[in-house]
Amino acid sequence: MSDVRIDLSLIADMVEKGSRVLDVGCGDGELLALLAARRNVDARGIELSREGVAGCVARGLSVIQGDADTDLGDYPDDAFDYVILSQTIQATRAPRLVLENMLRIGRRAIVSFPNFGHWSIRAQIAFRGQMPVTGQLPDSWYDTPNIHFCTIRDFVHLCDEIGAVTERAVALNAAGGGIGVKAPWWFWNLFGQQAVFLLKRSA
Amino acid sequence: MVARTNKTGKSSMTASALADPVREASEPSSLLARFGSERALSMDCGVALDQWQIAYQTYGALNAARSNAVLVCHALTGDQHVANRNPVTGKPGWWEVLIGAGKPIDTDRFFVICSNVVGGCLGSTGPASVNPLTGKAYGLDFPLLTIRDMVRAQAHLVDHLGIDSLFAVIGGSMGGMQVLQWASSYPERVFAAMPLATGARHSAQNIAFHEVGRQAVMADPDWRGGRYLDENTRPAKGLSVARMGAHITYLSEAALHRKFGRNLQDRDARTFSFDADFQVESYLRHQGSSFVERFDANSYLYLTRAMDYFDLAADHGGSLAKAFAGSKTRFCVASFTSDWLFPTPDSRAIVHALNASGASVSFVELESDKGHDAFLLDEPQLFATLRGFIGSAARARGLDADGSGVRP
Repeated sequence: MSDVRIDLSLIADMVEKGSRVLDVGCGDGELLALLAARRNVDARGIELSREGVAGCVARGLSVIQGDADTDLGDYPDDAFDYVILSQTIQATRAPRLVLENMLRIGRRAIVSFPNFGHWSIRAQIAFRGQMPVTGQLPDSWYDTPNIHFCTIRDFVHLCDEIGAVTERAVALNAAGGGIGVKAPWWFWNLFGQQAVFLLKRSA
Repeated sequence: MVARTNKTGKSSMTASALADPVREASEPSSLLARFGSERALSMDCGVALDQWQIAYQTYGALNAARSNAVLVCHALTGDQHVANRNPVTGKPGWWEVLIGAGKPIDTDRFFVICSNVVGGCLGSTGPASVNPLTGKAYGLDFPLLTIRDMVRAQAHLVDHLGIDSLFAVIGGSMGGMQVLQWASSYPERVFAAMPLATGARHSAQNIAFHEVGRQAVMADPDWRGGRYLDENTRPAKGLSVARMGAHITYLSEAALHRKFGRNLQDRDARTFSFDADFQVESYLRHQGSSFVERFDANSYLYLTRAMDYFDLAADHGGSLAKAFAGSKTRFCVASFTSDWLFPTPDSRAIVHALNASGASVSFVELESDKGHDAFLLDEPQLFATLRGFIGSAARARGLDADGSGVRP
């Protein structure tokens, strides 16, 4: 399992064994397959692309073709133990609604996203005056599916606004290493290339 | 039960001879299970048939654990000859692209069963069968039937074959309705379900199309109030018009345009008459006339009615999710982009209900311009999806690559 992406591995570690999981925007099912193998979860997914769904079904995963923005509303409350949004929130039309739905249908929500506050992105805007193109965000502004970028600090604000409680948060630096938990938020927001949040509803 | 191999029609039948459809209605060129009063068929309308039969075909071998059976449910005008030459038309089986050795439903691995629906006209009891009380064809004396009645009859057949639990049930259109009914009525007997290009209820538009077809049949003077078999006539014109209208709904504007456009049929110019100037007219006339050669008009009335009556949510207090409550069956639902008879929202309604009931479901909308009939055609995307789904379900069922299973 050494070739597993570090952020996916991190998410897998947050999920309890044998739980019910919905991965929203599950792509070709890499994370779901990892969760099924490593954490023995009941793995379900939603994926926009036909090819992605076909690939997932071929792997034996239960995946439906659908859209995070329009299809989460149809799931009943508390249908899952975890609802995961991995590297997808920035591509949704209504991130706040998506996150609210995730916390409604899942007892926990796990969100990972690229941090637009990373120093390299800030530097591209500040010094080159251009929208950033990085290894992690390779698309130009005019053809990117990512329409709602946020920084770690922005995301924390959104969580506060909708009453989501952060149970765990991890920022990963460019090398994929975790940033120390004792580091202050501004440090995370500057040096975290991506972040993973484990959230629950406020009581 | 011993493993059985398929008998493709009667050995005395030569390759070119075609069977008489009227005879097939009572004495089919296929396997046949007869049931008496001890296995009466209780129907939704309140009638119980105590002498009835079901015609079926099987392919491949049942394993020792009896855990590898796949039931194929046919659509409105289909029959049990899913993967062998059809004795009435002489054409290949209607789903040979999907079912056979090495195909997505692999007959080297699975024991495939396909039966003619009750109400049909190719050997299962229906309006063209002889009524034991009168010695004449039932005609309109046959009780009105439902999709659930068809599935009840199939369950009797599956019992008769000594199978407790089916590995999979698959079908498209009316066959998909039966798949949904199976999963709802007998969840513990269905390990995997594949309802394709279908809906959990018939839409108002679909009922409307069916009504046009039925009125065309009944307006034909040769229909004789449904007693045409006794009077040795056939409502060929009416049934042909019904088929022509229905056939349009199975295709798509794009498919018709690609196939025919405005091309003229065997002529260089318009004839200024009502002759079949256009290729599309000629094609439809052919579809109509070849259909009446093989299909019983009353059976068409009964089966279209059964589809119209289908509303799985209504049977469960208006909640489709309740139809699948607690289901352990794994579902694979598929629709086609150009299908306007059972459009994608119909499939999504099924998927939403399955999600709400917590069932395991996969769903994909496949890109095709071939309309509703796409499910019957060579669609690589569909086959790739079904292969993946069936393969993973077989692993979960403990079936080995050759279909043998240590446990059911």
